[in-house]
Amino acid sequence: MRYFYAATILAALALSSPALSRDGNSVTIASPWEVASADPAISGFVIQKLQIMENLVDADVEGILRPGLATQWSVSADGLTWTFTLRENVIFHDGSEFNAINAAAALNRSFEQPGVLSKAPISSIGPGDGVVVFELEHAFASLPALLAHATTVIPAPGAVDAEGVPSALIGTGPFQVTEFSPPQALELVRFDSYWGKAPAIESASYLAAGRAETRALLAESGDADLVFTLDPSGFSRLADVPEVETVAVPIPRVLTLKVNASHPFLDDPQARQALSLAIDRAGIATAITRFPEGAATQLFPPVLSDWHDESLDPLESDPAAARALLMDLGWREGEDKILVRDGQRFTLELRTFPDRPELPLIAAALQDQWRAIGIDLTVNVSNYSIIPEGHKDGTLEVALYARNYALTPDPIGTLLQDFGTGGGDWGAMGWDNKAVAEALDRIASTADQAQRSEAVSVVSRSLQSELPVIPIIWYQHTAAIAEGLQNVIIDPLQRSYGLSDIAWAE
Amino acid sequence: MGRVRPQIAPWWRSVLGILAGRGFQALVVALVVGIVSFIMMQALPGDASYRIAAGRYGYDMMDAASAEIVRLELGLDRPWWMQLSTWLGELATFDLGRSHVYGSRVVDEVAKQLNYSLLLAGGAVVASLVIAIPVGIAAGMRPGGKIDHVSLALSIFLRAIPAFALGIVLVLVFAVQLGLMPVAGFRGLQHLVLPSLTLGLGLAAVSSRVVRDAVAEAMSAEWRLFSRTKGLTARRTVVSHVLRNASLPVVAYVGVQGAYLIEGVVIVETVFAWPGIGHSLVHAIFGRDVAMVQGTALALGLIYVGLNLVIDLVCRLIDPRSA
Repeated sequence: MRYFYAATILAALALSSPALSRDGNSVTIASPWEVASADPAISGFVIQKLQIMENLVDADVEGILRPGLATQWSVSADGLTWTFTLRENVIFHDGSEFNAINAAAALNRSFEQPGVLSKAPISSIGPGDGVVVFELEHAFASLPALLAHATTVIPAPGAVDAEGVPSALIGTGPFQVTEFSPPQALELVRFDSYWGKAPAIESASYLAAGRAETRALLAESGDADLVFTLDPSGFSRLADVPEVETVAVPIPRVLTLKVNASHPFLDDPQARQALSLAIDRAGIATAITRFPEGAATQLFPPVLSDWHDESLDPLESDPAAARALLMDLGWREGEDKILVRDGQRFTLELRTFPDRPELPLIAAALQDQWRAIGIDLTVNVSNYSIIPEGHKDGTLEVALYARNYALTPDPIGTLLQDFGTGGGDWGAMGWDNKAVAEALDRIASTADQAQRSEAVSVVSRSLQSELPVIPIIWYQHTAAIAEGLQNVIIDPLQRSYGLSDIAWAE
Repeated sequence: MGRVRPQIAPWWRSVLGILAGRGFQALVVALVVGIVSFIMMQALPGDASYRIAAGRYGYDMMDAASAEIVRLELGLDRPWWMQLSTWLGELATFDLGRSHVYGSRVVDEVAKQLNYSLLLAGGAVVASLVIAIPVGIAAGMRPGGKIDHVSLALSIFLRAIPAFALGIVLVLVFAVQLGLMPVAGFRGLQHLVLPSLTLGLGLAAVSSRVVRDAVAEAMSAEWRLFSRTKGLTARRTVVSHVLRNASLPVVAYVGVQGAYLIEGVVIVETVFAWPGIGHSLVHAIFGRDVAMVQGTALALGLIYVGLNLVIDLVCRLIDPRSA
């Protein structure tokens, strides 16, 4: 029996030693996102970040478009025909050739799935001689930006099974998959026949770890070299670990309040301004999300440089001014300190969901801050479907969620959905602003920079003064980087982990 | 097991009895688990099609339009009893359907994840026995002694601390501070050690007490005194009489621990990013993947029945009198 124990302990130690050895030219990445499927429509975000598959159009960290699998693109004078010239001598990881036929097939599949392409005014996508041609229903200037989106990456023809279902991760990127263990792990090696610059690292591992605590421990122990999306406590603890560098990069994801502008209490812009003035953004940013610089002063964060407008008066916190605005609208303080108008108490229901742990906390903070100006807020934390449902049936009053304005390098697609005519599930409700809708249409259809800037200014000014959604916090993308890892670029658009650029210090 | 029928029934008849009983139980479990998990998923608030759409196309892509596509494709607009009867009909032909989110066959997914979970559960049981048996025997040989008291205190502590917290403490000590073990994921057997230990310590906390009680009782039994009187050494007595008698409740208790194990696997797998069935069940519940929830719950239920079957057979082997 004694020998048995000795053997067990020895076995355990023997097993543990390989964990310590690290391949000198390999990088391990940990993030919360699982890769459960080989379908770009589902797992495209990870496939693209790991540079397994590529898009026709690429983008740099500032969102400026640059050639990807297409070397150039042009649009006809009427704006209805787009032609993308494909890069030559590109092969997939399985050795098959990248050409117009398989590029068009992949894009057609992406067009048929719910996603960015399906919302674009496309009438057909077809192959030509070394080109892919898009015919549009009406002019749409940001088509190239959609082709930089994760769901429009190009898989190899051999990545699809006999039934047409994506079954393997085969692309043209600088890294090819050697082992795919869905949903948690991927093993990659450098693809030697890559058309572009060869990466410095030879191999990489990807681990999806759903819990933020686990990810922080992976970074702290050195098991993972590059760890993404840390929670506030993990981030501050890792800041004290000398072997790890922590970084936070502002990203175009914004925590906003959707306001039903047709609600009798909220239909006046002054009422929505009062709600906004009552919010202590600095307090929320310091105590809950723990990045004080994340307190939003307007909807678009500085990282969306085309859309962020320095000249706007910043959103402020001033409960006394908020109260004065409401008094102006005929509200008076009732017996229980809650405002009353025409016999109606100022009560609202806020809908949110727990998937992002900060949402219910911020909802509770809002409840407290609005009570201070006399608004009785009920918080309903449930499934997020209650927000689009409430938008549809008109029962929604206010909702709290996070919205990503850079799904594609150009946010126009998202903004058209959110603030175009009729509003959107995750945007305006009961708020129709003709000038904004027209400006958005103009931005979507023109390539003229001057016209575009003018229209952008119309949109950002109206959103700031009318507040169809009330911005609260600009998000930060957090990462922990192992000591010695160089050239790490944290992409605010979250399109790439930058594997092909990073290297270990000599 | 409770019936007393002294040595009339032949071996095979009692074994067949067990098999028939557990087989019937398996059938009932399959139906009940499938129906109850379906009803519970239906009872969750909100519209499942939005969840599934978000699972498929990402949070940022989810809106009423993509939810509508999902609803029509999966037939979620049909009345609940129609959806349930479709599932039951497919179950009758041993078809568990396809994952609502990923479109893959549920049976393939479950089979793949089950391997990982059984590996983890096996590791946990081994870890628990390696800890519980020596500790329990040492404590049981001298009830009320120092070892008994210390092991009682430790066992209360370990049982009271949630598996989630215990897992993180173990990672902090063995992976972060000592650098002996990997933190999470599964890339080799060394990844098995910490999650097994997390679950195993929780199991050992109780089973060491069961061993201790069984040993203490056997040590004070009259037949032990008799075996010593008839001239067996203390060591022989322990090995051939005390341990055999003491092992019966211990083995029976392993069955009870199956429930703890199944519950523990769900939590421990999430902490250690372990690609098993518990982790997948949690994801399926959040993602409203009803077919996956039913499939995994069914697999877990059947494993529980299977485990009890094995325990019954082993108990009969150890103690022929109970036949």
